[in-house]
Amino acid sequence: MLLFWALVIPFGTAVLALLAWRSLEMQRGISLIGALALLVLTVRIAIRVATEGPFAEQAGGWPAPYGITLVADGLSAVMVLLTGLVAVAVLIFSFSDVTEGEKHYGFYPLTHALLAGICGAFLTGDIFNMYVWFEVMLIASFGLLVVGGGKAQLDGAIKYVGLNLIATVAFIAGVGLLYGATGALNMADLHGRLMGRGAETPILASAAVLIFAFGSKAALFPVFFWLPASYHTPAFSTSALFAALLTKVGVYALIRVFTLVYDIDGTPIAALLLGTAVLTMAVGAFGALSQTSIRRVLGYSIVSSIGYMILGLAVATPLAVTGALFYLFQDVLVKANLFLGAGAAKRLAGSEEFGRAGGIWRVRPWFSLLFLIPALSLAGVPPFSGFWAKLLLARATIEIGSAGLTFMVLGVGFLTLFAMARIWAAVFWSAHPEGDGAITERLPAAMLVPLLALTGAIVYIGIDAGPMVEGAAAIATGLIDPQAYVAAVLGGAE
Amino acid sequence: MKSLILSTCTRMLMPLILILSVFVFWRGHNEPGGGFIGGLLAATAFALVEKAEGLEAAKRALRFRPQSIAAFGLGCALVSGVWGGLQYGYFLKGVWPFITIDAEGNKHGLPFGSIFLFDLGVYFVVLGTVCGILFALEDVVSREADVEED
Repeated sequence: MLLFWALVIPFGTAVLALLAWRSLEMQRGISLIGALALLVLTVRIAIRVATEGPFAEQAGGWPAPYGITLVADGLSAVMVLLTGLVAVAVLIFSFSDVTEGEKHYGFYPLTHALLAGICGAFLTGDIFNMYVWFEVMLIASFGLLVVGGGKAQLDGAIKYVGLNLIATVAFIAGVGLLYGATGALNMADLHGRLMGRGAETPILASAAVLIFAFGSKAALFPVFFWLPASYHTPAFSTSALFAALLTKVGVYALIRVFTLVYDIDGTPIAALLLGTAVLTMAVGAFGALSQTSIRRVLGYSIVSSIGYMILGLAVATPLAVTGALFYLFQDVLVKANLFLGAGAAKRLAGSEEFGRAGGIWRVRPWFSLLFLIPALSLAGVPPFSGFWAKLLLARATIEIGSAGLTFMVLGVGFLTLFAMARIWAAVFWSAHPEGDGAITERLPAAMLVPLLALTGAIVYIGIDAGPMVEGAAAIATGLIDPQAYVAAVLGGAE
Repeated sequence: MKSLILSTCTRMLMPLILILSVFVFWRGHNEPGGGFIGGLLAATAFALVEKAEGLEAAKRALRFRPQSIAAFGLGCALVSGVWGGLQYGYFLKGVWPFITIDAEGNKHGLPFGSIFLFDLGVYFVVLGTVCGILFALEDVVSREADVEED
């Protein structure tokens, strides 16, 4: 029951943290131990998938497709591994970032409930079960958004919950349609049942509803507005967790469902995804240019990154899917690093608004590098990890001979570089409005260590990209031809 | 505003509702009922106390914080899942420690095991969550009412 521990550990940690409600010290210890245990477990899952290939486990021993299945293939294993990594980094950072009040109102239990939801969504092999995990995530993330109780937080949370509730209802409606048309919910089972039925009206209708649902979760155009409206309001640790993982769950769901369940080749779905992806990239890039505070710019950058990933999925050649996966994996680290870096920058400069911050580069040059590297990586500057992701996607678009898409990939990368340069110029390079003497604080180790680790990972992935790209290519092959996945779920019922 | 009739009735009704909730929970083992509905019924008992005697009395009657009760319930459910996982290798697999199966395949003994523990967990999660939401809402309402009376 290796996979089920990925749910038991975060839920168990949340339970213990709730029982230790009165002592924040104990909650902190419990929560760090829980995150470390989750990291160790996800490493074990990843090692097992790397050596033995995909494997599945059934709740209660009821065989698939009737029981509830958890499956780990390459994509799921890498995503839970990244979840474990980001969880540890964010929790260590939160020790000096999250206020006493927020901790007092349940920051730790909610974070672990959110982690349980994320792990569940990444590992489940059943589309209805995925809906349940989306609900768990929604409840936990709503709690985390309002835990500080500020007016801006409530405003952001209302927009967030409003759209996400509609998306969740659409999700269950889409699952219902699909179940009505096929009589199955297990995704491996659906893969077999939908073979050759991709053009039927109920199937296409359910696919359209699911695109809306997952698209809202992932912040695709035109249902992205909740993201820039809410991600800049909570504590930096919380927004880093959201930015790194929550929207990625939407992308994961799109990739999983539209490779495994639906065969999108030659259906209107592929064209729909492609158009949405291009618009999402453009809107995110231009939106980022119009904002004047760090997290608002970064919020729009999330939107444009999501566009890149969906572009790779929609082009659907092996190289494009490899690019999308590589982008997805490295973007988790980049976004966590950028949002945590924004938190540290605000602590130094006293504000994250462009007009009211500045001067960090002159006083804290080493810390500034820890923000510059992920920012350049996001924009796609070599030799960092983001460069390879954009290179793969650009090559994939050249391969299919679409000059327009290649232009979009490169052009949006350029605009992102521009947006990052604006943050750099305003917050790091320009003088602080109150003079450079205004920055006196030293960053605590709890903030520097996670930043250093994440930046190190980004540099390492950038320099030693060969094995990573090969790994992503192997995972992409497994997605395009999911026989091993289906055999692990249906054939190899334990 | 306290009503003598309501508080007197509550004193009689509350234990009755709690016993009924345990009965419904117990019955749910094999028939309609179970932890969810049992937990809801128990929560109504505390809601009644809250309405009749006020928030403080309801909190005293519940004894533990609602969050702790919900956490305890979630813990019970997790333990029942891990129990099956450790015994048979399948998470949430039912474990019946008091049942023996004889040579003809007939079952003897007490049908009492990990599934009961799971249901007990559901009971406490529902009780804790509903009471937690109710108390939080009442807390705000009663504070606003105090302000108006001043």
